[in-house]
Amino acid sequence: MSKQKPILYFQNRDIVVPGDIVAAGDVDIETPNLLVKLDDGRIMATVTGLLSVEEEEGKVKLGLIPLKGRYIPKPGDLVIGVVADVGITAWFVDIRAPFPGVLNASDYLSRPFNPATENLRKYLDVGDVIVAKVAQFDRTRDPILTTQEKGLGKVVEGSLIEIEPSRVPRVIGRRRSMITMLQDMTQCNIVVGNNGRILLRCPNPEIEAVAILAIKKIEAEAHTTGLTERVREFIIEEKIKRGLMERGLE
Amino acid sequence: MGSSSEKPQLIIDGKRIDGRAFDELRPIEMEVGVLKNADGSAIVAFGNTRVLAAVYGPREVMPKHVALADRAVIRCRYRMLSFSAEERKSPAPSRREIELSKVIREALEPAIMSELFPRTTIDIFIEVLNADGGTRTTGITAAALALADAGVPMRDLVAGVAVGKVDGKLVLDINKVEDMYGEADMPVAAMPSLGRITLLQLNGVLTHEEFVEALALALKGIRKIYELQKEALRKKYVTTEEA
Repeated sequence: MSKQKPILYFQNRDIVVPGDIVAAGDVDIETPNLLVKLDDGRIMATVTGLLSVEEEEGKVKLGLIPLKGRYIPKPGDLVIGVVADVGITAWFVDIRAPFPGVLNASDYLSRPFNPATENLRKYLDVGDVIVAKVAQFDRTRDPILTTQEKGLGKVVEGSLIEIEPSRVPRVIGRRRSMITMLQDMTQCNIVVGNNGRILLRCPNPEIEAVAILAIKKIEAEAHTTGLTERVREFIIEEKIKRGLMERGLE
Repeated sequence: MGSSSEKPQLIIDGKRIDGRAFDELRPIEMEVGVLKNADGSAIVAFGNTRVLAAVYGPREVMPKHVALADRAVIRCRYRMLSFSAEERKSPAPSRREIELSKVIREALEPAIMSELFPRTTIDIFIEVLNADGGTRTTGITAAALALADAGVPMRDLVAGVAVGKVDGKLVLDINKVEDMYGEADMPVAAMPSLGRITLLQLNGVLTHEEFVEALALALKGIRKIYELQKEALRKKYVTTEEA
């Protein structure tokens, strides 16, 4: 490898837009399609997003966190889907992606399924909400979903909200910091799907409203710093306003 | 369209009919994210020309048989609204609109990384709200912004502008009067950071020297428009940050 010292034109957490020349020279790119290397060695951004610059032992690592964009499934992603169609041996699930998610009956029921003797609508019908994982997806076929893990399957209670899929990492936070804080502060059980759907199961409607406002705040301010602390203060304020908590505690 | 009217004098005292210098763009306004239901949108005005662009996708292709196995299908519709011209334009798609839809699509296609989204479609809608010359290049400029706003990965933004020859002089960003009575009209669109031209049309006659000069003039204008595009995209997030 050539020992060309990299030149950076932007700093960490700067907003870059498509066409911006971010850097030149020898750098590691962590998000291959969002930052591309041109023929002359310059690095260009392809989407609007936040640049992350990490320097380690003289090596510069560049990443780009997109601020907008459709959800594209990835194997291993947790998704919250709505059953859109019932087939003969599988359900077709809307997962907010350009492709329908396919949930095979044998996977959901954990046993062989005979369409001659049973009707799938008995188990899941159009409009039912499921929590699933993307088992496989290679862009040539529709994504295959699975519910074969703890916590996956049909959703029977709770509230569903939608956010921009690109903001999901901020709702979860670094090492789950944001989501842990949200759950501690609101006592809600929160399931965040990578496709931007969030399932809330809260002890009461008032606290649920606070949790939803907090999530919407995270979505709107996803590109700012110090968000976890601000959201914590926001939740305390909202709880006091609604009489769910007294001032001076915490 | 006032076909019987006399050709007006297009250049008076070294200034153009609207008072601009030869290499001066019209006042440009750009705003990104103006439509809520679209994945990405933008409104762009070059003087009196005003164009709205909306992008949907990548999304499922309907009808399914048009899907491509290796990349996204890009569909583009350019349309002039009935009230966009002085005389009511029939809402039926004209030959010109169908052709411009194709030309604009081909100007945008090289910028879109469509290979990342096989079996999907990216739909681009371009609506001309008010037409005063240069609607195709304004449309391309707006559509590129809408694509970037939708979060579609792009190799570069595409910006466009038309150069014309009026009263023997090469002028940048011609308006409708200059287009109607000028000797030549040359719309150009390019990806400035990559140094690639994605649209080059010429209506009328230019000598070789004139062509070279006109192209340089267009690229100079495109560079300016390109910077405005980036500013418009950034502005959307800077203002939310302050709020």
